[in-house]
Amino acid sequence: MSISIQSIHKTFGSYTALDNISLEVPDGSLTALLGPSGSGKTTLLRIVAGLEFADPGSGHVQFHGEDVTDIPAGQRGVGFVFQHYALFKHMTVAENIAFGLTVLPSSKRPAKKDIDDRVNELLGLVKLDGLGKRRPHELSGGQRQRVALARALAIRPKVLLLDEPFGALDAQVRKDLRRWLRIFHDEIGLTTLFVTHDQEEALELADQVVVMANSRIEQVGPPQQVYDHPETPFVIRFLGNVNAIKDSRNPEAPIFVRPHDVGILFAAEADPATDRLARVQHLFAAGPVAKLSLRLEDGQFLDAELSRQQLDELGLDVGDPVAVRMQGASRFE
Amino acid sequence: MGKKRVIPGFGLSFGITVFWLGIIILIPLSALFIKAAGLGPAEWWKILTSARVLAAAKLTFGASAAAAAVSTVLGLLVAWVLVRYQFPGRRILDAIVDLPFALPTAVAGITLTSIYAPTGWIGKYLADMGIQGAYSPFGVFIALTFIGFPFVVRTVQPVMEDMGLELEEASAILGAGRWTTFRRVIFPVLIPALITGFTLAFARAIGEYGSVIFISGNLPMKTEILPLLIVAQLEQVKYEAAAVIASGMLLVSFFLLFLINLLQRRLNWQTR
Repeated sequence: MSISIQSIHKTFGSYTALDNISLEVPDGSLTALLGPSGSGKTTLLRIVAGLEFADPGSGHVQFHGEDVTDIPAGQRGVGFVFQHYALFKHMTVAENIAFGLTVLPSSKRPAKKDIDDRVNELLGLVKLDGLGKRRPHELSGGQRQRVALARALAIRPKVLLLDEPFGALDAQVRKDLRRWLRIFHDEIGLTTLFVTHDQEEALELADQVVVMANSRIEQVGPPQQVYDHPETPFVIRFLGNVNAIKDSRNPEAPIFVRPHDVGILFAAEADPATDRLARVQHLFAAGPVAKLSLRLEDGQFLDAELSRQQLDELGLDVGDPVAVRMQGASRFE
Repeated sequence: MGKKRVIPGFGLSFGITVFWLGIIILIPLSALFIKAAGLGPAEWWKILTSARVLAAAKLTFGASAAAAAVSTVLGLLVAWVLVRYQFPGRRILDAIVDLPFALPTAVAGITLTSIYAPTGWIGKYLADMGIQGAYSPFGVFIALTFIGFPFVVRTVQPVMEDMGLELEEASAILGAGRWTTFRRVIFPVLIPALITGFTLAFARAIGEYGSVIFISGNLPMKTEILPLLIVAQLEQVKYEAAAVIASGMLLVSFFLLFLINLLQRRLNWQTR
């Protein structure tokens, strides 16, 4: 089910949390809301969920064309996974998952056996077979996260919303769970919107990335497009390490170039039209890529990354002169 | 060789703990029992089952339990308001909750008496409804509620603050109404703290003396509480009888508190 957000405005007192936001989340997509803290991404997610309401008269939220702007969270049919899981500690895993079904009015509530079947089915879906009788504190972080997911899915939501789903997990679990979520999403095909501040996570996982900053949307697009064709200096800076090099042509608008896009040649091969001269200031080669810190003639520093093979071919050492060619550089004028 | 611990000094701190508990609690209590042991079992039985002692015990434990129960409900409500709402004067209200801790209980007793007496501000309306405020078991209950409810507020408040809004939001988004959310999500989390608050208020009420003697009127068999009965015995130089009543009271209190503690342990184990 698609989500359509139309000119949503949200203020907390004098602070503007969302400034006229419009966004389309296509049916069945996995969309990431990416941005630093304070960018408004979580507020936007909470407005979609119905946990927060946009300023009166500001705009609309629609699920598949149906206006849900004024419908409270409990009646929207959304699955929501909280950053810290928000599991009910006094209930077992199975009771947690069944919660959304057991609170239905008795006329709509499934029979106990049907609820049990659904819980078992969900436990299987999130790979927690046989753990239904445990309590949340007996599970690992990754398992808790999946219980939270199963609980959200139990009510057969129209859309799935995840707030920093991997934020509280350690690096390895995070990676595994990320891969698992991608496969999981492709299997069940539920429209999913998740919030993250981790650009790597957003780029790896999502079909569509929404970059947010200062209560606004900076750019929307598929991960590769956003990465390769950033539209604003914020986006290029936020999506990964980047050099901002000033030159004489327009000192107001620096050239942005990623370290792995910096071409390095022998100084003798420099083409004065495109290349600039520099010296190797520092060299770090312990790892799959060699990282170089270069000092341009005007004193600016530039980070570059080379493969170990390229480094060996160039035979560089600290203090050596090189020519620098900035490929795929962006400038926002 | 013992295991190295991060914080050293277990031996020393344990020693101080035992010493302190000894001189502050155990030795005085032992002295009490030794004094009471001056009388034989038959006399014990006679004193403890006398009509006056039984009536006082019934009032003391009954009014204390009722007051602690009401304090629990009231304290929950006050804590909820203090934690969940922002309003002008919230900090002042928060500070007022502690007043019954600090106020000399005699002052509380005299004030409550003057208000709840049949001619007092509130007492006269109660009298119109046929309820006697001061000088009745109900008056004892009022005084015990006054001194008990801050215990509940102060034990429940931090747990509520800690709980945050996420659990409620999770419940709401899964379709639960407000009442269901309270009953199935919030209340179970608060139960251990509520029991602790109830226990503290109950224990405090059993031992309360200062405020009750003013508001109760101290009519033997009617509005006399155990602590007062003990003082009455002392005034008649019946030290042994006083010690026996005190010992009996202590044993019953200990038994009740122990039961509550057991119950709480079981709940904690379940809801950890």
